[in-house]
Amino acid sequence: MFSLQVGSLLNVALILGTVLVSAALLIWVERRFLGFFNDRLGPNRVGPFGILQSVADVIKLITKEDWTPPFADKLTFVVAPIIIPIVMLLSFAMIPFAPDVGIIDMNIGLLFVMAMAGLASYSAMLGGLASNNKFSLLGGLRAAGQMISYEVFMGISILGVVILSDSFSLRGIVEAQADGWYVIPQFIGFIVFMVAALAESHRWPFDLPEGEAEIISGFNTEYSGMKFGLFFVGEYIGMLLMACLIPVLFFGGWHAPFGLGFGNPIVSGLFWMAVKVGAFVIFFILVRAALARPRYDQLMSYGWLVMLPLSLINLLITGAIVLSQGS
Amino acid sequence: MSTVTEQVNQDALPPVIDALYRKFGESEFVRQHTAEGMPTLWVGRDRLIEVLRYLKDDYKPRFEMLLDVTAIDERVRIHREGQPDSDFTVVYHLISYSGDCDIRLKVALSEDDQNIPSVISLWPAANWHEREMWDMFGINVEGHPSLRRIYTPPTWVGHPLRKDHPARATEMDRFQMSDEIQDRELGALEFNPEEWGLTRESDTSEYMFLNFGPNHPAAHGIIRFVLQLDGEYVINCVPDVGYHHRGAEKMGERQSWHTYIPYTDRIDYLGGVMNNLPYVMAVEKMAGIEVPDRVKTIRVMLAEFFRICSHLLFYGTWAVDLGQLSPLFYCFEDREKAFNIIESITGGRMHPSWFRIGGVAQDLPNGWDKLVREFVELFPKRLAEYDKLIMANTTIRQRTRGVGLMNTQDAFDWGMTGPALRATGLEWDYRKNRPYSGYENFEFDVPIAVNGDCYDRAAVRVEEMRQSCRIIKQCLENMPEGPYKSEHPLTTPPIKEKSKLDIETLIDHFLSVSWGPIMDPTEVSMTIEATKGLNMYYLINDGGSGSYRTRIRTPSFIHIQAIPFLSRGLMLADFTAVVATTDFVMADVDK
Repeated sequence: MFSLQVGSLLNVALILGTVLVSAALLIWVERRFLGFFNDRLGPNRVGPFGILQSVADVIKLITKEDWTPPFADKLTFVVAPIIIPIVMLLSFAMIPFAPDVGIIDMNIGLLFVMAMAGLASYSAMLGGLASNNKFSLLGGLRAAGQMISYEVFMGISILGVVILSDSFSLRGIVEAQADGWYVIPQFIGFIVFMVAALAESHRWPFDLPEGEAEIISGFNTEYSGMKFGLFFVGEYIGMLLMACLIPVLFFGGWHAPFGLGFGNPIVSGLFWMAVKVGAFVIFFILVRAALARPRYDQLMSYGWLVMLPLSLINLLITGAIVLSQGS
Repeated sequence: MSTVTEQVNQDALPPVIDALYRKFGESEFVRQHTAEGMPTLWVGRDRLIEVLRYLKDDYKPRFEMLLDVTAIDERVRIHREGQPDSDFTVVYHLISYSGDCDIRLKVALSEDDQNIPSVISLWPAANWHEREMWDMFGINVEGHPSLRRIYTPPTWVGHPLRKDHPARATEMDRFQMSDEIQDRELGALEFNPEEWGLTRESDTSEYMFLNFGPNHPAAHGIIRFVLQLDGEYVINCVPDVGYHHRGAEKMGERQSWHTYIPYTDRIDYLGGVMNNLPYVMAVEKMAGIEVPDRVKTIRVMLAEFFRICSHLLFYGTWAVDLGQLSPLFYCFEDREKAFNIIESITGGRMHPSWFRIGGVAQDLPNGWDKLVREFVELFPKRLAEYDKLIMANTTIRQRTRGVGLMNTQDAFDWGMTGPALRATGLEWDYRKNRPYSGYENFEFDVPIAVNGDCYDRAAVRVEEMRQSCRIIKQCLENMPEGPYKSEHPLTTPPIKEKSKLDIETLIDHFLSVSWGPIMDPTEVSMTIEATKGLNMYYLINDGGSGSYRTRIRTPSFIHIQAIPFLSRGLMLADFTAVVATTDFVMADVDK
């Protein structure tokens, strides 16, 4: 029961703990890195290097007045922020972190992750609608439109990977990359997925649902206290999830690059997985520091007129090559 | 004391007055002499529109822009020699860019007939000027589409700039907030779209009214835009100002000439000493003070530093409004460097109040040149980096090109000046075309753009920062030696050494420090190219220790009026871009 194998209680506990702690830590990491990119310090007061900033934030959020506006739809208003951390955490059950480390290996793992990501958009939508605030409404509408559109080609962009690995299981996909990472044959797929991942987790520059220069804070304008905290932490778990999915799908998961694996395959696998996830997290933060936010109609036409055809062409070519080689 | 009106040769008839005399007959006008020598004519109310239309459309060169409209409460003015009888005078200030000249027209109104025809049909920009006139003076503008109060709340009683309106709380009864008052005030806040000239629905959709402000991250101050939205498209927009109104013009009537200087700093609070400049130059004009070259150069240098600071703030916040986070911090870092230099020279940062009538407060400190040299060497390199980061960014280009379009004619109609006017392609800069404070001695270009969209307005400002840096460099290399104050007896505060000779000089010093200069009654206006556009001080001196009427023409106030014109039909995100590139300061709007 406590052995290190997929689905063991030890595994579940370790992964859940690590994800939650990392998500909290990520808030601090992001603020420190943003500070670094912006020529300033970032939070450096609580604990060594400010590492306990998130603890202080959590204490603040819990003890703050948890206000529900009298004009809001009470039930929906309370339920909306709970959805996003739950579905994001459920998705983590599918992620293979290393050989024998993971929570569950479903043969439709990838579909499950996509389904959960789809559900996550309800959080922003319902939050925006339930607030009964015009800014929130605009944010909710934007979230709905953006997430539905970007999910379409997010799904199509990873079909190339599925064709190559002949599997919907994430562990299967990683194992199929033992001889070569899919980022090379699936480079277009990787780019499209990356953009979609940013949009899906409404990270900068695709933070239109909460574009503060336009709609103040969008769908979460009316939220405060821990309800806001749930949106916030859900977003960071989402970012972590995307940073895990990209290595799993395109960068060989736990496989070490250039034969740099060492000793115990589990330790080595966890190490390289962590390195890759960290690299993408930092990349996401850099994107946030550097890029400007497109306008809503530009975002939409970019999605439907550029990304969708691109992902379809990628799928077509991959399919054709695999078929011709197979025959 | 010298009389300025005799120093300036005003006998020669300016061509515009000559043309008006020939067109309408000399008997229709009364000519008035002012200290700065601007053609000033009194005209009857019935001929006003005709004369304005002639000046705008038929006279060559055309007077394209209505620079300012204001009023004067003349009822307690003592010195009105040679002027027609008037209780309230309405003043129109027109500017011709093609002919590089100005004209001021005055209309006399009596207390029992305070009506004046609206000139909105000639210049849409007159709208807010006329509302301001109604609000501040109670002058009824006939034919105005919505003559509502603009600065004061709708429940306000009285018209603040009238001489009989109290200026201090101590002149009024004690205020108590009763339930009745509270209900009335809250009732006045109720939003009724029809009152604002907005319809609730079209044939196809029901509109949403969105309060963009008074508190909004991208509103750049306490201003409220009522947006009429169809989805995310802005159908119409009505700006609502006055949240910052603090009666700077009224205070000008209570302060002495000298003690009003700190108030000017806070008009455009990003412009710092740049605001002092038109005011002290106007007073110097009346006093007949010619300031030494060193003073002029110091003033130019500091004014250009403030132009850079103001534009840097614009640059960073503009990028943030477009969703780019980092440039704000970089720009603020540079701004900090500039403020450090300003601080080491003046002792203040944002509001040094450092210019004086007849000079500046102190001489430059030792080692100032080292600081300035470091800045002028580093700054252009930083600007080049920002070009790559912001101006060359594809998303920013897509977001701002072709958005918020305005051509030169629109800019004239809406009274747009400064970078917004130059972005439409008109190469006209007050510093270049009518040099003041020694700008004629500097080499700099007037940057222009051609499209007049949001991107162009920003690009012009970016280039202006480079040119300002060039000017500062020339100040650094050619700073003249000499005194930092004029020897003129009306310089305030006077040169201290001269007070130590005997009791008479000490008394003289005491009087000029406590009262400041007393000058012969006259009128004067002085305009400069401020950070946001043309900033004008129009002072009326009735022979007292302070001004009888202080009129401040601030560019931001007029620019806000053009925002509905610029943003109709755009999306909400574009609206933010338009607001950002209009680059207003709320303290400058509300005065």
